[in-house]
Amino acid sequence: MTEFLEFAILGLPLGCVFALMAVGLVLTYKTSGVFHLAYAAQAFASARVYYELRIQEEWALIPAAAVAILIVSPAIGLLLERALFRHLRSAEQTASLIVSLGLLVALPQITLVIVGNEPTPNPPGLWPNGNRVLYDVGITNLAGNKVAAILAAVISVALITAMFRYSNLGLKMRAVVESPRMAQLNGIDADRISAVSWALSSVFAGLAGVLLGPLFPSGLQLINFFTLLVAALAAAAFGRLSSIPLTFAGAVLLGVIQQLLARYLPSESIITQNIRPSLPFIALFLLLLFWPGLRQGRTADPLAGVDPPPPPPAATDRPHALTIATRVLAVVVIGAGIPYAMFGVSDSWLNYVLLGVAYSTIFLSVTTITGMTGLVSLCQASFAAIGAYTVAQLAENQGVPVLLGLLIGAALAAVVGALFALPVMRLQGIYLALGTIAFALMFDNVIVPQEWVGGVSVPIQVPRPVIGGTEVESDQAFLLVAVAILALAAVATLLVKRGTTGRYLDALRGSQVAASSIGISPRRVRVIAFAVSAGVAGLGGGLLAMIENPTPNKYAFNFGLFWVVIVVTLGARSIQAAIIAGFSFVFVPELLQRLDIGWLPENVNPAENPFALSTILFGLGAITYARHPEGIIEAQTRASIIRTSKWLGLDLRTETEVQSESLAAEPTDEDSTDQDGGKPVPESVGGDG
Amino acid sequence: MSLLQADSVTKRFAGITAVNEVSLTVDRDEIVGLIGPNGAGKTTFFNCLYGMLVPDRGQVVFDGKNLSGLPVHERCRAGIGRTFQRIELFSGMTPREHFLVAERARNRSGSLWKDLLGRSRATEEERERVQATVDLVGLHDDADHPIESLSLGRGRLVELGRALMTEPSLLLLDEPSSGLDREETREMCDVLRHVQEERNTAVLLVEHDVDMVKEVTGRLYVLDFGSLIAEGSTDEVVADDAVKKAYLGEES
Repeated sequence: MTEFLEFAILGLPLGCVFALMAVGLVLTYKTSGVFHLAYAAQAFASARVYYELRIQEEWALIPAAAVAILIVSPAIGLLLERALFRHLRSAEQTASLIVSLGLLVALPQITLVIVGNEPTPNPPGLWPNGNRVLYDVGITNLAGNKVAAILAAVISVALITAMFRYSNLGLKMRAVVESPRMAQLNGIDADRISAVSWALSSVFAGLAGVLLGPLFPSGLQLINFFTLLVAALAAAAFGRLSSIPLTFAGAVLLGVIQQLLARYLPSESIITQNIRPSLPFIALFLLLLFWPGLRQGRTADPLAGVDPPPPPPAATDRPHALTIATRVLAVVVIGAGIPYAMFGVSDSWLNYVLLGVAYSTIFLSVTTITGMTGLVSLCQASFAAIGAYTVAQLAENQGVPVLLGLLIGAALAAVVGALFALPVMRLQGIYLALGTIAFALMFDNVIVPQEWVGGVSVPIQVPRPVIGGTEVESDQAFLLVAVAILALAAVATLLVKRGTTGRYLDALRGSQVAASSIGISPRRVRVIAFAVSAGVAGLGGGLLAMIENPTPNKYAFNFGLFWVVIVVTLGARSIQAAIIAGFSFVFVPELLQRLDIGWLPENVNPAENPFALSTILFGLGAITYARHPEGIIEAQTRASIIRTSKWLGLDLRTETEVQSESLAAEPTDEDSTDQDGGKPVPESVGGDG
Repeated sequence: MSLLQADSVTKRFAGITAVNEVSLTVDRDEIVGLIGPNGAGKTTFFNCLYGMLVPDRGQVVFDGKNLSGLPVHERCRAGIGRTFQRIELFSGMTPREHFLVAERARNRSGSLWKDLLGRSRATEEERERVQATVDLVGLHDDADHPIESLSLGRGRLVELGRALMTEPSLLLLDEPSSGLDREETREMCDVLRHVQEERNTAVLLVEHDVDMVKEVTGRLYVLDFGSLIAEGSTDEVVADDAVKKAYLGEES
């Protein structure tokens, strides 16, 4: 029994840090409806600034802590609330999700650009001389930093609970939680209350970040902050996103169980070794699926999570002549571009083109899942990884032909996607996104390290395919193979989108209840879409593996987030946008590297720091999603079609012309019946109250 | 044996009994009305029938089969079609496309591999069936316009046609005349009678408009404060004093 207690106490400090973060998340979610994933980034920023002030600048503990916790994180939080999230309060949840994902990607890089990216061993804590042991607890000891974590969490959570319950501000906050509009009618400034809660939550995040530091003596690593985020999400889910005491309990429990597992699971097995650090992900996943009452509340509305359908693509009202011109141009660009890439550029540029083709294929999978279903999946990197490791293992260890291995990998990814989607497609909106994060992290930590997947220190070699008895050895010839695979994926995506499955998905987005009422099973159709998407990601991942040998860091979970952010920002609904996104992902850092602005400090000079800067660029780009949910490319296309048509004096196409090309149109439809376009519009269907 | 039989359906929301022990039957080939003042629990009862709400007590038997626990899309496949009070259409699609989607969903002919082989265009047979419904509900002029450009009355006809594409043996219509003007209501009545003659579909109609109810239904149930207060042939019920008091009071 004492041993049990000793291990339980060992888990308290981490559990308490989880709790701080989780309470912050719940607080903002309750008062402003935003699930702010970027708190992890704010925690990182605070921790990194604190390290800088204490170690590099040699500040005293109290001023350094005050700046890092009370100024840095709240300033970021308030800025974001003011400039972004206040305007997203009534937008659909996907918008704030995408924006906060973009920030989660961009903010840590901004922090590193500002304070520098040097290693940070032995981060200081909030206890003077915090590594000194204060209490000996049998197998372990409580050092000052751990005691600080426990005390800080207990005190601040107690304070916030008391404030909520007894203070005037707390009363107003509870009113805003109940109904922001009603609160405003009663003379409460809901904007101010929301700003206060953002600031408070940001303090919690900053505190969590600084306290987390010393618990990982190897230094402040981003992955630990992602883990912190997921653990906090699990705790928040345990508290059903509303109860602060339950959230606190859930977080502490998670920290404690993690330590108990270390004691009571056999320690030799590789699976056990991987499961323990993955406990937060597993807990989040299981809670999402099985914790009762979680999916009620804000999403009780049957239409929540189903976004209003987007307008038809700009290309549908493009004048006919312009369409022909665009197609001719596309054929010329592709027709000239491929030979030019093969023979006109250096080997390294050809390699980038190849990478662009592979990433475009992976990104098409986002077009299927997010563009067609409106659901956000953050585990596309895992499916790409399945494709990559399958082709690598089959080709290297089993002697399977590479192209066959590629197809098997894609099929395997599709099967895993379907199996994963079966239980998970009950979730919608934000919960689905969280479920996919949990899956991606579990995959990274439990599956990938296995020897039969990617757990070998030396990267596995993937040979080039053999076609017609000769190996496609040169990059030039391989480019043709790669383009053919991309074309295959693009055509398949287009066929699904235009086919019955695409129509069912459109129907579901239009009205889920109505689609069900004609016998469409929402879950079944979404599972199919998810499987197709996983298959495309697997195909792209396999292709990528043929260009660069697969190593786990190329398919890490954070890329899954990053890719979705890029594709959605540029346009989730069109194939061109996915391809442009794929090439941007490869070429933007490369181009930045060639942009040497000598007078800039090293960290901000593109040539010195291209990857951080391109990550920031793409991450912050997601902010435009709030204004252009259809994507930058689509918005630009629409604008340019209108501009060009006006310039050339062409008329935009009428509805009837467009519709006569549709799936259901009569082949003999005479378009001339409705020349003036004058339809009876006494009371429009869309405006029904 | 009745086609639809609801037995003592009860639904409570946090202490309020929205629907209290409501039992009703609908036979094949008849149009039955369910009326009641605002807040009487008509739509709640309807949603219990259709599986969008789970009743706290009671059961719904359709065609000899207990529907408890069946999800909405399974109820459609069992043979129940419905329309919505607040119109629910698929934006960006034309009426014809609505009908085609419903047709595909009915005979489950739209599989992924057909999409991937590019064989998802409408077949001759599908076109004919879609055209038949276009004719039946009288949407000739608007069949190829996106539904955003249609009037509310036309939109309700699209919903009706979409439900008919699934070949239901029972149609549940939730206030099909709400928001329509006199002319459009008349058109809706004509289409309903026409549909009933041609397809022999049983109809359960939740309605507000007493004139429409008098015109198309043979039998009536009256709901007030969640409970049935009268049932019988339409003429009898409309003449009933309790009903007049509860609902028709000012109007008649």
